[in-house]
Amino acid sequence: MKKLTAMLLVLAMVLAFAGCAKTETPAATTAPETTAAPETTAAPETTVAETEEAGTVMSHDAYVAADMDTEVVVETYVQAHQSWWDNKVTVYCQSPDGAYFLYELACSEEDAAKLVPGTKIRVTGYKGEWSGEVEIMDGTFEFVDDGDTYIAEALDVTDLLGTDELEKHQNEFVSFTGLTVEPSTDANGNEAAFLYNWDGSGEKGNDLYFNVSVNGQTYNFCVESYLCGQDTDVYKAVEALKVGDVINAEGFLYWYEGVNPHITAISVAE
Amino acid sequence: MKRWLALILALALAVSLTGCHGRRDTGEEVAAGLFTVPDTFDTAKDYEITFWAKNDTNMTQVNIYKRAIADFEALYPNITVNLRLYTDYGKIYNDVITNIATGTTPNVCITYPDHIATYLTGADTVTALDNLFTDEKYGLGGSELRFDSPTQEEIIPQFLGECRLNGHYYAIPYMRSTEACYVNKTYVEKLGYQLPEVLTWDFVWEVSEAAMAKDAQGNYLVNGQKVLIPFIYKSTDNMMIQMLRQLDAGYSTANGEVRLFNDTTSQLLTTIADHAATGAFNTFKLAGYPANFLNAGQCIFAVDSTAGATWMGSDAPLIDIAEDKLVSFETAVLPIPQFDPEHPQMISQGPSICVFNKTDPQEVLASWLFAQYLLTNDVQIAYSQTEGYVPVTAKAQDSPQYRDYLSRCGEDNDTHYRVKIEAAQLLMANTDNTFVTPVFNGSASLRSAAGQLIENVNKSVRRKQEINDGYLSQLYDEVTALYRLDQIQTTASGEQNLGPLPAASKGLLLGLLACWVVMGVYAAREKFKNRSVGTGKRKEKSVNFSEND
Repeated sequence: MKKLTAMLLVLAMVLAFAGCAKTETPAATTAPETTAAPETTAAPETTVAETEEAGTVMSHDAYVAADMDTEVVVETYVQAHQSWWDNKVTVYCQSPDGAYFLYELACSEEDAAKLVPGTKIRVTGYKGEWSGEVEIMDGTFEFVDDGDTYIAEALDVTDLLGTDELEKHQNEFVSFTGLTVEPSTDANGNEAAFLYNWDGSGEKGNDLYFNVSVNGQTYNFCVESYLCGQDTDVYKAVEALKVGDVINAEGFLYWYEGVNPHITAISVAE
Repeated sequence: MKRWLALILALALAVSLTGCHGRRDTGEEVAAGLFTVPDTFDTAKDYEITFWAKNDTNMTQVNIYKRAIADFEALYPNITVNLRLYTDYGKIYNDVITNIATGTTPNVCITYPDHIATYLTGADTVTALDNLFTDEKYGLGGSELRFDSPTQEEIIPQFLGECRLNGHYYAIPYMRSTEACYVNKTYVEKLGYQLPEVLTWDFVWEVSEAAMAKDAQGNYLVNGQKVLIPFIYKSTDNMMIQMLRQLDAGYSTANGEVRLFNDTTSQLLTTIADHAATGAFNTFKLAGYPANFLNAGQCIFAVDSTAGATWMGSDAPLIDIAEDKLVSFETAVLPIPQFDPEHPQMISQGPSICVFNKTDPQEVLASWLFAQYLLTNDVQIAYSQTEGYVPVTAKAQDSPQYRDYLSRCGEDNDTHYRVKIEAAQLLMANTDNTFVTPVFNGSASLRSAAGQLIENVNKSVRRKQEINDGYLSQLYDEVTALYRLDQIQTTASGEQNLGPLPAASKGLLLGLLACWVVMGVYAAREKFKNRSVGTGKRKEKSVNFSEND
């Protein structure tokens, strides 16, 4: 249907412009652009790899050891994904030996619907780092249909906050316990338990940011709206937070210029 | 849905076929495209107008909009302005396209001329402001206005000229910025160089390569760290566009002919690839925000918008890295690198304001009054101070209030933050050296394509691909297809009198618009279902300004 629609539109436009042709043709009556052009495209990939092992499935240790900008191939298990858009989806994956963040994985909408937690996939892409977040970018994937599934248990990393050890667990599904909600301050100087956008300039539906403290240090956590939108329990729960609340939290250990976990659940600490 | 779409398509085809036998019209219909200003604004009737505004994820800017609305409503109690906030021009664009379908366009909208060119594909969408500009009572500096409006002559001519499409004014400028190179002067001098008044590309490449020297432990000598990207460019669209302009090389013609793929482009990409290969150059999309690297002492030349100046430098009021990563250094604010420093050229960018047509001319007039109010000194000066923006009127720029602001440069690290004010001064000093690219339906895609060339070369060379003629030829084909550049229709020159359209052709265009609008609505609905705003852009907490600011 889409192809037919496009063909008809092209035909209609060709006829239209033929019919309108004269020297005073309005400059604006050209092919309409109804959607913004895509921002990225896969780089031409006619050659691969520097190592003999290019194309073979790597362990997490081998992935960690791989240089930036090299091709990597991993088999891993979907834990969650952000909303699909424009044939791309950003996926949180984890295997028993470590986690992966797949940034804008090439993916049809149909396949995105199949990326349910536990699903095993083989990913080929390039290792990259963006503001401290190590990820696989420009990736493609295939389903591995061997009956194997894996859903990670949350690892409690509360005691690792503020240590170098924490970064080794980057992108893993983790939990934090006994966090105290600290005030955030928006640009108006008002204090709040959370902010829509980093400075409070957003509105419902945008990312939520909130501060928590533990062991005398304060950290900034995020509810990524593409992962957990305004209708999710965690989004509503964070909107209901009050300064001084003591909570437990779960989420993916995302990195942005330091630890900035994408929180997927919170509960009142007992 | 599919049947409905098919029906509308069939209708469009039918109309198009009849439209092929168009007649030559009188000039009256063209004149009708221009807004006829009512003799008097009806203050006895209440008007509710919507204003879609873009802010840089900046609460201060939001508050300025709200204050402007409150002040305006106090002057015109019969007009209520409803503010809808966006942080992304692309989202505004998509929403406008969608709302054209339902006749629910906003009254006043922050926008870009590239976008207006597409809005104008539909008939009678955006108001041509020519008659409003010159109306004696309600025009710029008009006698019946309840506020001190600038005259047309008091709007900076270059900025106003950017709002002229197809021989008419379809917008007024709101804020202007350009790009600046924020330089770690301390490191440049540590490397044995002295900063020139105007950077050249050769200088930047040379210093960047010199900075790559490491000690035996793998630390960069200049910063003692494991991480250094000497030269980071935020908007590769702008990078390619400005490099081509400085070399007087092809990009596009005024009527939409794509000239991007030429020998100069290939030479530039080859040079960029050489420096990407050594690690001396990288981009925002592949590495992260230039400001974060600059402030961590991990970048020497950070090119970004002057509207991002509050994030730049050790003493910046907005910092997005941990305190223990912040490095102290002297920040210099210079124009972007040039090929001919005697004749610098840099892009002009920043938001403009358009007014949408409505059936009630009084509603359009109310909208125009509010749009015009945004040009008053209070709004212009307050908003410009939130970032390295420049007011778009000489009236504001020359005002004692703004002069005082500039004179207090460096007095504090907040309102009078030195880097921010120097960034604004950079544009004011170089207004005559600014340029914009031609606007046509498809020009936004061409912009993206220009940047995509650099992004792809940057990625590929890091992935050990050879950048040669064959690679570039393939890249040009891929980018052409990706951005549908081969579908851009060239037109007659934009400044000529376009003449009236035959009525049948108007029907045709309406039919075509309906098709696109239906598709737009459908796409938007699908998009909404998927809960994604979908620019593909990183949206971390420091996404504080877009590439077009």
